[in-house]
Amino acid sequence: MVPAITAEKLTKKFGDFTAVNQITFEVQKGEIFGFLGANGAGKTTAMRMLNGLSRPTSGQASVAGFDVYRETEKIKKHIGYMSQKFSLYEDLTVRENIQFYGGIYGLPGREIRHQIKELIGGLGMQEYANTLVKAIPLGWKQKLSFSIAIMHRPEIVFLDEPTGGVDPITRRQFWEMIYKAASEGMTIFVTTHYMDESEYCGRVSIMVDGRIAALDTPRALKEQFGASSMNDVFLQLTRPNQKES
Amino acid sequence: MNDTTMPTTQAIQVESLSKRYGKNAQALSQVSFEVGRGELFGLIGPDGAGKTTLIRILATLLLADEGQARVNGWEVRRDYRKIRSHIGYMPGRFSLYQDLSVEENLHFFATIFGTTIKENYELIHDIYVQLEPFRKRKAGKLSGGMKQKLALCCALIHKPVVLLLDEPTTGVDPVSRQEFWEMLKRLKEKDITILVSTPYMDEASLCDRVALIQKGNILSIDEPGGIVSAFDKPLLAVRTNDMYRLIQDLREFESAHSAFPFGEYVHLALRNSIWPEAIHAYLAGKEHTGIEIKPAQATIEDAFMELMTQE
Repeated sequence: MVPAITAEKLTKKFGDFTAVNQITFEVQKGEIFGFLGANGAGKTTAMRMLNGLSRPTSGQASVAGFDVYRETEKIKKHIGYMSQKFSLYEDLTVRENIQFYGGIYGLPGREIRHQIKELIGGLGMQEYANTLVKAIPLGWKQKLSFSIAIMHRPEIVFLDEPTGGVDPITRRQFWEMIYKAASEGMTIFVTTHYMDESEYCGRVSIMVDGRIAALDTPRALKEQFGASSMNDVFLQLTRPNQKES
Repeated sequence: MNDTTMPTTQAIQVESLSKRYGKNAQALSQVSFEVGRGELFGLIGPDGAGKTTLIRILATLLLADEGQARVNGWEVRRDYRKIRSHIGYMPGRFSLYQDLSVEENLHFFATIFGTTIKENYELIHDIYVQLEPFRKRKAGKLSGGMKQKLALCCALIHKPVVLLLDEPTTGVDPVSRQEFWEMLKRLKEKDITILVSTPYMDEASLCDRVALIQKGNILSIDEPGGIVSAFDKPLLAVRTNDMYRLIQDLREFESAHSAFPFGEYVHLALRNSIWPEAIHAYLAGKEHTGIEIKPAQATIEDAFMELMTQE
């Protein structure tokens, strides 16, 4: 089976500064892959290269079978993306947001109408269907953005700190949506600052200063570092060589 | 009345405080609590819980609709000038001057409060040494962790009696979060009362006492240990090879009170004590493999979710 993501010695330099330094890894189809690292470790830069938004300086990578240098437009069609910052249009209603993104993804009108029903019903959001997004509770927004990010059934979805600030129940409902999508074969690539969430992932990589310093299942990482939690693993890896660049 | 300290009163007193924005948004409803002198008090809750509104009222930047609040004995409406000159406030959004250097920002805030960096250097020394190598750098060019340290220095430069910190660790990685809490602990030893808000439930254990807050209501106020021990349902940690199906199946289990994922396990709270063997047999019957069941210690999140669902 072709992996969902492959990266080989993928590198990005900005002038003299190497933001991402020869990272090599694979993500399998249907896997929940956690992409961790301290602020400034290079996560966002790496993710932008995989999304076809930033051209690598050197190295190879493919996403959904497409090359990150030559086939960036195809990549964009085959992935979903959601972040805490950029997600929905606040001045559009829930229904209009779904309609809008359906159009952006190039879904036919009939499919969009179907999705509006399906998505709003599936989330139990009927009462908010015609409410402006800015007026709905944060927890609903996050669940709605995830549903919209995957409404065109992408092979891979990239989630950039999707659960910041949401209450613990919503956070877990959100992860159940992720589990469900993964159990249906979708590949999940997720960054988070909640270390307990990294344990929901099949495998986790931890970036330190542009490199992948560790990559394995949460269980194996805890064993390898003699740590009781992923938080300990993270601190052991990132603390010794913290510095301002 | 002494201008700087009133040792007989609590550092913060909040009584039946309510605040509404527009017609429907009740940001705070009848919130009451007290923070003792030298206490490190946590306001724990998700976005939209009312944390920022509460802190802004205490910082005299916003007026409550109803209720009373006092900081260091001073009433927030009447004595706002005194409060402003004797508290340190760190807003949630980075609000230092991006175009000024580290040094210039600090100097600016010291001057505003009629003091000098030298005068209170001892208070910020521990934090400032980490910033020193970048003292000529513009604040806007610092990393997240460093911005946060600078903001704390600026909030401390006039030696405040009460420090109000609005989500200082949001969006910050675990390493910087841990360092930040270590700084707070050292400040507490210098007799500064600290009120800190956070959406990260695990930070509750680092506070002396916490208020759990949700949708403008305080769910519980206690020491972290007390909050956890108030969770009175038998709790088990369960895992199998298929986590998604496991959650669904556990929720349908007849003795289940709740089932929520917690790291690599699912926390299963039970209505009544039953033998783990019964759960094992139930899951085996649902064709789960790799079944592991062990007793679990409730966390702040278990307690918070339980209180949320009781609402």
